[in-house]
Amino acid sequence: MTKVSMTVNGRAVSAETEGRTLLSAYLREGLRLTGTHVGCDTSQCGACVVHVDGKPVKSCTVFAQDVAGADVRTIEGMANADGSLGVIQQAFQDHHGLQCGFCTPGMVMSAAALLAENPKPTEHEVRHYLEGNICRCTGYHNIVKAVMAASGQDVSALAAE
Amino acid sequence: MPKDHGIGASSKRREDVRFLTGKGTYTDDMNIAGQTYAVMVRSSVAHGRIVSVGTSAAEGMPGVLAVFTGEDFAAVGGNPAGWLINSRDGTPMREPKRPVLAHGKVRHVGDAYAAVIAETYQQAKDAAQAIADASVIEELPAVVNMAEAVANASNRVHDEIPDNLCFDWGWIEDNRAKVDAAIKSAPHVTTLELVNNRLVPNAMEPRASIGEYFPGTGDYKLTTTSQNPHLTRLLVAAFVMGIPENKLQVVAPDVGGGFGSKIYHYGEEALVLAAAKKLARPVRWTAERSESFLTDAHGRDHVTKIELASDKEGNFIAFRTETLANVGAYLSNFSTATPTFLHGTLMSGPYKVPNVYVNVKTVFTNTAPVDAYRGAGRPEATYSLERVIDKMCRELGLDPFEVRRKNLLTPDQFPYQSPVGLMYDTGNYQATLDKVCEMADVAGFEKRRAASAAKGKLRGMGLSTWIEACGIAPSNLVGVLGSRVGLYDAATVRVNATGNLSVMVGAHSHGQGHETVFAQIVADKLGVPESSVEIVHGDTARIPFGMGSYGSRSLAVCGTAMDKALDKIIAKGKKIAAHMLEAAEGDITFGDGKFSVAGTDKAKTFGEIAFSAYVPHNYPLETLEPGLEETAFYDPANFTYPAGAYICEVEVDEGTGKVDVVAFHCADDFGNIMNPMIVEGQVHGGVGQGIGQALCEFTTYDENGQLLTGSYMDYAMPRAEDVPFYNVDYSCQTPCTHNPLGVKGCGEAGAIGSPPAVVNAVIDALQRGGHTHVTHIDMPVSPSRVWTAMNA
Ligand code: FES
Ligand code: FES
Repeated sequence: MTKVSMTVNGRAVSAETEGRTLLSAYLREGLRLTGTHVGCDTSQCGACVVHVDGKPVKSCTVFAQDVAGADVRTIEGMANADGSLGVIQQAFQDHHGLQCGFCTPGMVMSAAALLAENPKPTEHEVRHYLEGNICRCTGYHNIVKAVMAASGQDVSALAAE
Repeated sequence: MPKDHGIGASSKRREDVRFLTGKGTYTDDMNIAGQTYAVMVRSSVAHGRIVSVGTSAAEGMPGVLAVFTGEDFAAVGGNPAGWLINSRDGTPMREPKRPVLAHGKVRHVGDAYAAVIAETYQQAKDAAQAIADASVIEELPAVVNMAEAVANASNRVHDEIPDNLCFDWGWIEDNRAKVDAAIKSAPHVTTLELVNNRLVPNAMEPRASIGEYFPGTGDYKLTTTSQNPHLTRLLVAAFVMGIPENKLQVVAPDVGGGFGSKIYHYGEEALVLAAAKKLARPVRWTAERSESFLTDAHGRDHVTKIELASDKEGNFIAFRTETLANVGAYLSNFSTATPTFLHGTLMSGPYKVPNVYVNVKTVFTNTAPVDAYRGAGRPEATYSLERVIDKMCRELGLDPFEVRRKNLLTPDQFPYQSPVGLMYDTGNYQATLDKVCEMADVAGFEKRRAASAAKGKLRGMGLSTWIEACGIAPSNLVGVLGSRVGLYDAATVRVNATGNLSVMVGAHSHGQGHETVFAQIVADKLGVPESSVEIVHGDTARIPFGMGSYGSRSLAVCGTAMDKALDKIIAKGKKIAAHMLEAAEGDITFGDGKFSVAGTDKAKTFGEIAFSAYVPHNYPLETLEPGLEETAFYDPANFTYPAGAYICEVEVDEGTGKVDVVAFHCADDFGNIMNPMIVEGQVHGGVGQGIGQALCEFTTYDENGQLLTGSYMDYAMPRAEDVPFYNVDYSCQTPCTHNPLGVKGCGEAGAIGSPPAVVNAVIDALQRGGHTHVTHIDMPVSPSRVWTAMNA
């Protein structure tokens, strides 16, 4: 067992790990930050996406020891300082971009990464960017709408074609 | 002006805040002092005789606390089928025992035959691997293909079932001769053989269970990913473990989607309870996704031949179907109802057709159990009908829109007794068809087709009209049909002394937003703010009873139970108001959150009545009880019958066979709407799953019974790029006539109506593009299948 330290949501943290401990397990079991979800075992579903040094990463695919010292952000760190929902979170609520909520943390973290690099994405760009995030509930309609709304675009008239 | 609260408002979902901030509590998120970890030892072969289980390999391994095998559960009961079906000859279905852990034989890849409990997950996993390596399982030939399973009697999934047949069901058997005669003498008969592809439900949260045992009281607690906690309690307590029901609490906390797969009781739930008792420590188990693929109940998997008899003008005379339906290796709880009463009873669709006969043979195979998946039987019925109708239109040179229009039931025909046993209460199928044609701008199709052609794409348009029976169900009817449970629901409304409310409901929300919608209904009816109403679900210790959420039943059945409990609250409130206002009970009226004496300005607010109920200083106790809490059970008089019409437009790439869904329009009749935002979301999700079934999802086992599509690398889940924005309308409303809310249910609609619309559109595109030899392609209409069909 090795003690691994890093910064998570602005706080210095540390927890015991084995060499095989994944970042997702480090967060969920070591730090009890259970907002990061695990939906698969093949790095496909995206429920586990967090930011590592500002970049979106599937936390089920990274060993905790390999990101020792990194600056990690999870869904628990996405609200505003006063505890109110951040812009993307609020857009997901306003546009019903979640149902069961299981894919949601990963969706929000991916959406945040997209908007950081592309502040006004088109529908196609949003759909393309989210190809690593699976949602079984929403049919994606309201997720795409929420992400576009979070970027400040008018989504009131969006429909097919 | 849209409403901003109460019934009909798009109230934002209160549950979202915890989900969006990482504060949801799903089963695997829980952390219980002293917890231990279970890992299942699963068969790597589809069919085999268990010669020895290598339990000794785990002895002495670090952290290992206990090992269980099928032997340990040989004396307890099995997980039963919830529905008894009789074959055409009157004999009851074959019901092999479904044990907690396989005993004697393993019957599908993933069938668990042992389990290890250890201090950590990794230790349990290492020990499970050691046991698997040390076990001897003599592999037997696998029964995979349904037609071969029935034909080859020497190869048996269950030794005692010679032909691998669970039952051979006819519906309605008395119609058979008449239907045969009608088809024989009909001017035209269209025949279509099709496969309704096997699907893996893939709720994004894998199944998980935690067992606890409290030696001081002898109580058990099961926290589990269930759509249906009371049914799980009943099955575990009364059938599998023999625990008194009052000693078992089942909690289904936040659940990350179900789509049917979490209705059922699974062996892991019994295992963690037995292990918790043995170790006197909490035992937790969480599926890896690959275990979900192997062991969650799958959906669909029908092979059907359908015949449609008509005159030359396309007026329907008869439908006749023959179906092989896969139930997999064991009977999951609803598996016998799904291909029968949720399928055969819908085989007249929304049409006036006098003669219908359905035959379903249900077959055991060495594959995962198959059960209800979103829509459950009704998508299979709709797909068969809507595909064969399009084929008939093509054969007779008729317009698919006009043929449907003239065969649809008309509004004056309700209530309508269908030839396959259902009484449709209300509907207006022309209205939804007209609406969807307007939404889709059918007249403008030719222009869009030309634009697609200019890009080198073939464009097609597909229509489907659909109906379902949901809001399941009247107990007296399902009882006659073989159900072993009642299908009512229950709710308790507890008004607290300070005027806020706790409402305990038997429906379970795993994405549907009940905490918001049910609160809207309460607020509307009592004239209190939504924020003062708390909806409690998913805990057998807090809720009177319930039959869970599936079959689009939550609002129609449980919502009605809640409505009836609210009526009782108002009635009691009137009694209290009469006392407080010194008036006759009959003179008290209730509205806008106030109890008033009719014709006066004397009134008490709801809050004042609530407070008085708990501070009854001067109550006439012989006629007025303190407290304000009421429970109602509700058993519906009938199913509900949502219906609608869907149009899909696709573009097909002739070079690759790739299909893009470029437009999807839905006009649905769900009766009255409680929260439009949530209804739209339900349709989006259902259509997304239906497009997934039509275009990409496919579950396939090889001839040895190995699952070839056992991960997201091989099983093609629809992604954001695979689907368009959906155009959804629910303005055609014929409210349900037998529940007070007038609601019909919307959860399954999208998954029922969409697959045939997509496939009809693909065939239309190919036909218009000159590939006139292509009259059918089985789902999923993948690029390779489309390309192969075009180039055949
Ligand atoms: S859990 Fe990380 S991609 Fe699925
Ligand atoms: S909201 Fe349930 S998986 Fe996306």
